[in-house]
Amino acid sequence: MTARRSGWLARFEPVTLLWIALIAILLFLVAFPLGKLLVVSFETRGTGEFTLMNYVSAYGRSRYVDALVNSLLLGLLSATMSVVMAVPMAWAVSRTDMPFKGLTWAVVLGAFILPPYLSAIGWILLAGPNSGFLNIAWRAITGLEDPLFNVYSFAGLALVIALNAFPLVFIFVKSALDLVSSEMEDAANILGAGTWTAMRKVSLPLVWPAIMAGFIIVFLEAIALFGTPAIIGIPARINVVTTQLWQFFEYPVRVEVAAAYAMPLLLITAGMIVVQKLMLSRKGYVSQTGKGGERRPIKLGPWRWVAFAWCAAVGLMAVIAPLFVLLQASFAKAWGRGLAWDNLTLANYRLLIFEHDMAMTSIWNTIWFSASAASIAVVLALLVAYIVNRRLVPFGEALGFMAMAPFVIPGIVMAIGFYAAYASPPFALYGTAVIIILAFAARFLPIAYANSSSAIRAVHPEMEEAARILGSGRLHAIWMITAPLVRKSLLGGWLIVFIVASRELSAAIFLVGPRTRTMSVLLYDLSEAGNFEVLAAFGGLLLVVTMVFVGIGMKLVGRDFMLRRN
Amino acid sequence: MSRLQIQGLTKAYGPNRVVDSIELTLQEGEFVSLLGPSGCGKTTTLRMIAGFVDPNEGSISLDGQVISAPGAVLPPEKRGMSMIFQSYAIWPNMTVAENVGFGLKLRKLPGEEIRKRVAEILEVVQMGHLAARYPAELSGGQQQRVALARAIVVKPAVLLLDEPLSNLDANLREEMRFEIRRLHDEFRITTVYVTHDQSEAMATSDRIAVMNAGRIEQVDAPHMLYTRPRTRFVAGFIGRTNLLPAQLRNGEIGFGGIAMQAGQVPGSDTAAAGDILVSVRPQSIGLHRAPPGGGAPVLEGVVAQRTFLGETWDYVVRADGSDLRLRATAPPLQIHDVGERVWMEFDPQQMAMVV
Ligand SMILES: Nc1ncnc2c1ncn2[C@@H]1O[C@H](COP(=O)(O)OP(=O)(O)O)[C@@H](O)[C@H]1O
Ligand SMILES: [Mg+2]
Repeated sequence: MTARRSGWLARFEPVTLLWIALIAILLFLVAFPLGKLLVVSFETRGTGEFTLMNYVSAYGRSRYVDALVNSLLLGLLSATMSVVMAVPMAWAVSRTDMPFKGLTWAVVLGAFILPPYLSAIGWILLAGPNSGFLNIAWRAITGLEDPLFNVYSFAGLALVIALNAFPLVFIFVKSALDLVSSEMEDAANILGAGTWTAMRKVSLPLVWPAIMAGFIIVFLEAIALFGTPAIIGIPARINVVTTQLWQFFEYPVRVEVAAAYAMPLLLITAGMIVVQKLMLSRKGYVSQTGKGGERRPIKLGPWRWVAFAWCAAVGLMAVIAPLFVLLQASFAKAWGRGLAWDNLTLANYRLLIFEHDMAMTSIWNTIWFSASAASIAVVLALLVAYIVNRRLVPFGEALGFMAMAPFVIPGIVMAIGFYAAYASPPFALYGTAVIIILAFAARFLPIAYANSSSAIRAVHPEMEEAARILGSGRLHAIWMITAPLVRKSLLGGWLIVFIVASRELSAAIFLVGPRTRTMSVLLYDLSEAGNFEVLAAFGGLLLVVTMVFVGIGMKLVGRDFMLRRN
Repeated sequence: MSRLQIQGLTKAYGPNRVVDSIELTLQEGEFVSLLGPSGCGKTTTLRMIAGFVDPNEGSISLDGQVISAPGAVLPPEKRGMSMIFQSYAIWPNMTVAENVGFGLKLRKLPGEEIRKRVAEILEVVQMGHLAARYPAELSGGQQQRVALARAIVVKPAVLLLDEPLSNLDANLREEMRFEIRRLHDEFRITTVYVTHDQSEAMATSDRIAVMNAGRIEQVDAPHMLYTRPRTRFVAGFIGRTNLLPAQLRNGEIGFGGIAMQAGQVPGSDTAAAGDILVSVRPQSIGLHRAPPGGGAPVLEGVVAQRTFLGETWDYVVRADGSDLRLRATAPPLQIHDVGERVWMEFDPQQMAMVV
C-alpha cells in the first residue's frame, strides 16, 4: 500500500490523453469544416491562389444581393408573425384561466414536430392560387375571380414559416411568464391598474427579453431554412440566400462562391446569438425570478373564449388543416377532388413501399444516419461534459466552447463547410454515409452537449467519490454510479437529436449522393416532380417514423421531453 | 484501525495556501475533529487524507507508509478508508442494502458473508427494517444512518467525515452526534471528523484540532481547549471570552490597575515581558455587590448592559478608571440593575495567557 513515486509519464494521466483525443475530434468536426469554408472562399478554384474574386462573383449580381435582402425581410416578417401568434398563446396558457390548455400544448408540440417542408406542402394544397381548397371555397362562396390567399407569395412564404416556427417563441415566453408571480400584477392592481393595464405595463415588459430572444431565434431559423423557401419560394420566383446557395451547387458546383456567399449568414447568426445572450442576462430583468410568489390564474370571464379561439385558430392553421389535407391527399387518387369514397386509394402508399426504388432505402438511411449521428453526438457530448464539469483538466472550458460552437452555425453553412472540407480527396467522402452522419453529429452536438451537461451537473461529484473511497477505480465508479444516474436524461437527449436529425433537410441536401438520400431529401425530390398524392403519402410515412420515436421518448423520458427549454 | 500521521501538509491554489504546513498525528482508534470556521481548509485537508486532492508539500502516512506526498499519491480506492460526505452521497439507484453492500462486493467477499454483514450493520444503525427501501423514500436522518453503515461495514483503516450533520435539523443533529460517538466506542475506528460546530466536536472527539486560515492553531482534548486556550483565535472560537490587553513585568501580569502572579496563570511564559493578552471566561468572573474578602484580584465597575438568556444573566461591566468592558455571567437569581456598582473577582487559575 505505498504510493508510486512517479515521473512525468505517470503524471500523464489517461484523462489527458482523452482530452487530447476529444480536442482532435472536435477540431475535425467543427473547426476544420468552418476553417476550410473560410479558406475556400478566398481561393481560386484548382490553383488555390489567394483571390477576392469569389466575393465579387457572389455579390456582383443584383439578383444575388436581392436574395440576401429577401432573406432578411423574410426573417423579420416571419419572426414578427410568430411573436404575434405565440405571445398571446403563451400568456393565456401561463397566466389565465383559459379552457383546454392541454389542447394548446398539443398544438404547440404538433407544430414543433411537423417538419417545415411538410407544412409547406400542406399549405400549397390549402392555398395554391388555382386549386387550393381555401381558394376554391372562397370562389364558390363569393363568386369572385381572385384567390383569397396565394401561398406562392412573400407573405405566404413568411406565414408558412411562422406557423411552423412559433413554438420557439411560445416556449421562451411561457417559461418567462411562469416566473412572474401574481404579486407583481397585484402590486399594479392595488395602484389602480386593471387587468389589461397590468398585463401591458407589468407582465409583458418583464418578459420582453424572452420575446426578443424568441424573435431572434425565429429570425435565424427563417434565414437559414431551405425546405420551405425551396418548395414555395422557387415556384413563386422569390430567391433567398439558401435557395441561391443551392443554385451555386448546381452543375458546375461552385463551392468557393457558395462559401463566400454564405459568410453573411454565418456572421449574422453568430452576431445575433451574442446579442440574444446579452439580452437574456441583462440585470434589470433579474426580478422576474423573484422567488416564491403565489401564482393565481387571471380570471378572464367571457374573454377566455376569445383567448381560446385565438389558440384554436393558430392550431388550425399551423397543424390541423395542413395535416388534414396532407393525409387526405395521401389517400386520394386525385387530391383536388377532395374527400369522396371513390377518390380513396392506398395506391400512393403501395407505390412508395413496394415499388419505389428509393423510398424504403431513404427511410432506412434516415433511421441509421440519425441514430449514428445521435450516438456520436451524445457520447462525445457526455465525455466533454464530464471533463468540463468535473474540472479534470485545465482549460476544459475550451472543449465545452467547441462543443457549443455549432449552435451559431446555420445548418446550411455547416453543410457547405463539410462539403468543402471532406467531399474531395484526400477524404473523398462525397456521397458516403459517413459525411452525412458526421455533419449531423456536428450540427446537433450543442443540443447533446446542453443535455449531457445538465445531466452530469445533476449528479453530485460526491456520489462518485463515495464509490472511490470504498475501493472502486475512477472508471468503475463512473460505470457503476454516474452512468446509471444519467442514463435517462441521456436517452432523452439522444432521442431529441435523433428526431431533429431525421427531419433535417438543409444540411442533408448538400451532402447526399444518389444512394444516400434521406427521407427529407427524397421528399424534396418528389416535390419537384409535382405528384402531390405520392408526395403526401411519403410525408405521411415520415411523420409515422417521427411519431414512433417521439412516442418512445414520451414513454421513457416524460411527456414534455421535447419542449423543455435548455 | 491505524495510525495516521500528517507532516507539513500544504495545499496551495495559486498563491493561496488554503492548507498551510499542518502537523497532526492520530493514534490507533483515536477520534480527532478538525474544527474551524467555514473556508479555513478543513475539507481540503480531509480530501487530501482521502486521496482526492494532491498535496503541494508535506506527507501523509498510514501505519508508517507514505500514502500522500507531492507527485506520489495513492488513489482513494487503494487506501482502505471510508468517508461520509456532506451530501451523504447515497446512491439513489440502489437500495439501502445495495448501498451498504457496495464496498464489501468490491472486496470480493462471498455473497452470503455480504448479506450477513450488511444485515448486522443495519441493525447496529437501527435501519434493518428499511434494507429494501430506495434512498428517495428515506428521511435525512435515515440517509445519514445508511451513510454511516456503508462507511463502517468495510472496517476501514480510517473513517473520514465531512460535516456529516450540517444538513440535519437541530434535534436530529444532537441525536446523531451521540450515535456517531457510540459507533466509535463500539468499533474503535481511527476517525477524522470535520465540523464548524464546536459543540459537535466537543461531544464526539477525543481531541480537537482547531484550524484557522489553513493552519492548526491548537490540538487538545475538548476541556483543555476551553480552559487552556493557547491562541487568541482558539480562546475566542471555543466558548466566549474576554480578551484583555495586559502587561507582563517582573513575573507579574497586570491589567486595569490590578496585578497577579504570572505563575498562577496557566500558559503564561514568565520569561516573556511586555504587552500580552489574557483570556478571561465570563463565568470565571464573580460579581459582588460589596468588596469581597479574600486575596483574589478585584476590579470595581458599573453594570453597563445586561441580557437575560434564561440559564444565565449576561452582564457587561465597565471597569472604573479604564476603558475595559468585561462580560460576566451570573445565575438567574443574581440580579444587578444597569448602572449598579459591582465588584468583579478574578480567578487566575481560570485565566489563560494567549498569543
Ligand atoms: N479547487 C479549488 N480551487 C481553488 N480554491 C479552492 C479549491 N477548493 C477549495 N478552495 C479554497 O480553499 C479554501 C478552503 O476551502 P475548504 O477546505 O473547502 O474549507 P472548509 O471546508 O474549511 O470550509 C476556501 O477559501 C476555498 O475557496
Ligand atoms: Mg467544508
